[in-house]
Amino acid sequence: MNLRRIGLVAWHVFKESVRDRILYGIVAFALIMVVAAILIAQITAGQDVKIIKDLGLAVIEGAGILMTIVIGVGLVAREIDRRSIFALLTKPLPRHEFIVGKYLGLLLTLMVNVAGMTAALYLMLAYADTQIPAEYEAVLDAPILDPRLLLVVVMVGAELSLLTAVAVFFSTFSSSGLLSIIFTVGVFVTGLFSADLRQFGDIVDVSPAVAAVIQTVGWIVPAFSAFDIKAQVVHGLPLPTWFVGGTLLYAVLYVCAILVAAVALFSRREFK
Amino acid sequence: MTAVRTERLTKDFLTGFWRPTPKRALDALSFEIPAGGVFGLLGPNGAGKSTTLKLLVDLLRPTSGRAEVLGRPPGDTAGRQRLGFLPENPTFYDHLSAEELLTYFAGLFGFTGADRRRRATVVLDRVGLEADRRRPIRQYSKGMVQRVGLAQALVNDPELIILDEPMSGLDPIGRRDVRAMIAELGQEGRTVLFSSHILSDAEELCERVAILAKGQLVTSGHVSELTSRDVTGWVLVVAGGDEAQHRVMVPDGVVRHLGHDRFALELAATSRPEAVVAALAASGAVLESVTPRRATLEDVFVRSVGQVGADVAVTGAQGAPR
Repeated sequence: MNLRRIGLVAWHVFKESVRDRILYGIVAFALIMVVAAILIAQITAGQDVKIIKDLGLAVIEGAGILMTIVIGVGLVAREIDRRSIFALLTKPLPRHEFIVGKYLGLLLTLMVNVAGMTAALYLMLAYADTQIPAEYEAVLDAPILDPRLLLVVVMVGAELSLLTAVAVFFSTFSSSGLLSIIFTVGVFVTGLFSADLRQFGDIVDVSPAVAAVIQTVGWIVPAFSAFDIKAQVVHGLPLPTWFVGGTLLYAVLYVCAILVAAVALFSRREFK
Repeated sequence: MTAVRTERLTKDFLTGFWRPTPKRALDALSFEIPAGGVFGLLGPNGAGKSTTLKLLVDLLRPTSGRAEVLGRPPGDTAGRQRLGFLPENPTFYDHLSAEELLTYFAGLFGFTGADRRRRATVVLDRVGLEADRRRPIRQYSKGMVQRVGLAQALVNDPELIILDEPMSGLDPIGRRDVRAMIAELGQEGRTVLFSSHILSDAEELCERVAILAKGQLVTSGHVSELTSRDVTGWVLVVAGGDEAQHRVMVPDGVVRHLGHDRFALELAATSRPEAVVAALAASGAVLESVTPRRATLEDVFVRSVGQVGADVAVTGAQGAPR
């Protein structure tokens, strides 16, 4: 594994994404939404700060998911479609380095954007802080410029890392961008309900075989819902360290497993 | 030293969605390319040229048989360090300029810092894109993209350069430039393997060729040997005598008046020129020259490819269910 070559591929993906107009559209939309949170907060008396935080964090997560899917599913497929991969893969660039480089490049793009949107959110909160009387601030569940918001952003980053791996995985073998989107969105949505699926047999009266299949799916798909700690942070509820650490470790292990599978599939792929 | 070696290299593609059936694109191809010089892989469309080249650079995997490139298996990273490849109708990243692309690729070959940019500049100068190197590739004409393709194949100063239809889609000036560059690379002692169905290019550039048809190797060897292996006729130029007498001497041939009292007597390959030469003295004509007419690469190509077509047709007819 040559880190320099991986870095070159990753930097190329970042550069390509930065020059992609779609990305600007998503970022602009996200920033407008963060700003809109302030306006919405002004018409929701007493809930201003919570609304800004809730909406702001949701927009950061939503925009990140949108970017991951839009850019991620085409990450490898577009190289194959436009046949630029023919020249690239005949360079001294092993296929596993190509996949890891692509993954890290998209991750870098996402993290830079998430960091930008987080900075915008904190700016909005800082503005709100100047508008809110001190006596009102004292009765809030959590401080206005709550550093724990960064924990939410870290969890969003972990969620996006996992979703990026899923998108890259489908991108390596699907010949259609639309199919890659459908598969990736399908896994993401299923993953949001993974906890419910794991208890499916207990909640719904179905045959044991069907329950077993659905429960298995619930265990296999990435548990995307586990990364959502927005409510706990916004409402100032306790958040055990073991939970955060365990969820981050889960993301790392799952990403590694998906990338190994993506590399295994991509290494066998032929390019006519 | 051998630059490329294949042994019974075979490739089947599966066709059909519900019941995939194998279709043979390359059938037990064995050949060797010695290091140094220009080698042409010729054949009509669908002959298996691109399949062969893609097998050599590990974009495809053989169904059976094996290949060696610079003494290593295709896909070996160390081997690729010494290899340049131009795909057919290349496309690159629209958002990059040629300089950025070449700098990126030079980095993959291990060039660092200022060397990366320097290497990019050198090869872009070589392909004549120095003035346009900072323009986005999406603004390039097809000929310019082909030049970028050549530049990226040369960015690592390779020993072996594999070019898939390098003249495809180029205008006459572009073709001339690419031809000149290939010749120059061969003269520098590099091995150039290129595929083409443009025979005049191959005849002009290659020392050796292999001709493929329907996935099979039909002939290979030095161009000079292939084209001189068969005499397709004789041309005798004589001075004096009259046309009617000459026609009597070459009843199966053609007599052409060249002007003044000179004639060209064209004989079929089956006729012997000695008999005509002996008869000349009696006709009062003087022999000026005797030239054997040799096959061109096009003759060899048409005959070889036609032969395979006929063989396949016969085999197909014999093997057809009754």
